[in-house]
Amino acid sequence: MIVAALAFYLFAFVTVASAVMVISARNPVHSVLFLILAFFNSAGLFVLLGAEFLAMILVVVYVGAVAVLFMFVVMMLDINFVALRQGFLQYLPIGALIGLILLVELLVVVGGWSLAPGASLSVVAPRPLPDQVTNTHALGELIYTHYVYLFQAAGVVLLVAMIGAIVLTHRRRDNVRKQDIGAQLRRSTSSVELRKVETGKGL
Amino acid sequence: MFEIGLAHYLTVAAALFALGIFGIFLNRKNVIIILMSVELMLLAVNINLVAFSVSLGDLVGQVFALFVLTVAAAEASVGLAILVVYFRNRGSIAVEDINLMKG
Repeated sequence: MIVAALAFYLFAFVTVASAVMVISARNPVHSVLFLILAFFNSAGLFVLLGAEFLAMILVVVYVGAVAVLFMFVVMMLDINFVALRQGFLQYLPIGALIGLILLVELLVVVGGWSLAPGASLSVVAPRPLPDQVTNTHALGELIYTHYVYLFQAAGVVLLVAMIGAIVLTHRRRDNVRKQDIGAQLRRSTSSVELRKVETGKGL
Repeated sequence: MFEIGLAHYLTVAAALFALGIFGIFLNRKNVIIILMSVELMLLAVNINLVAFSVSLGDLVGQVFALFVLTVAAAEASVGLAILVVYFRNRGSIAVEDINLMKG
């Protein structure tokens, strides 16, 4: 019990601290690295909650794909980050004020809410006990049956995002020679001439 | 203190969400940090969904968290693609110049 509590406090503290570093780090590469740390520690929080599948997905998708994508973009673009930080302190008071107000409001909500009386009766998909079915198994049974259309829609969203990213970043450059298979196959044999070359003489 | 309940997780998520908002205001000029702040906010939403899912014993919350994750990944990829194209055209990623793009 106490180990779980200590693990929770460790993961929660590191997550929030690295989130602070993400938004305040001077170098965007450090921001991305702290973002990865935040994702790892929230995956730890998910494991503590008993949502192992989502924890693994968080590590695979966020750390393995999204954060690396951020890293690529930060390192590929030649950006003057010093110029982008001008006005940093100018926005600090209003940002801090809004963030603080939001945090206080959310904490008031966390402290003051109560469950509706019938809420526990309206459970759609009861969570099976962990010793019977694993979390991944239970989620799979749910996704591929009741939520199969949503699952397909999520696939379409990813497809559209992939096509959109390719269309946006693809550009045709003129000074690059590429193989045009269609042009190669369209060549007729009349454009090729065979000549008998005599030995010892040129053409 | 040592009894970790729903409120603890909600507090962490609230702190993460507020930090995301704060980051957007703090880094008004740097789109990359703004996108990372949006990712932090979506992460806070996911923590909320999973915490409620476990607390109520309902798996649907985790299914929703899965879809939020999908949309977040799509959003990051398209956002970064737009950023790369914008940088190629203008040579900077300052946000305040983006309204020059309107027709």
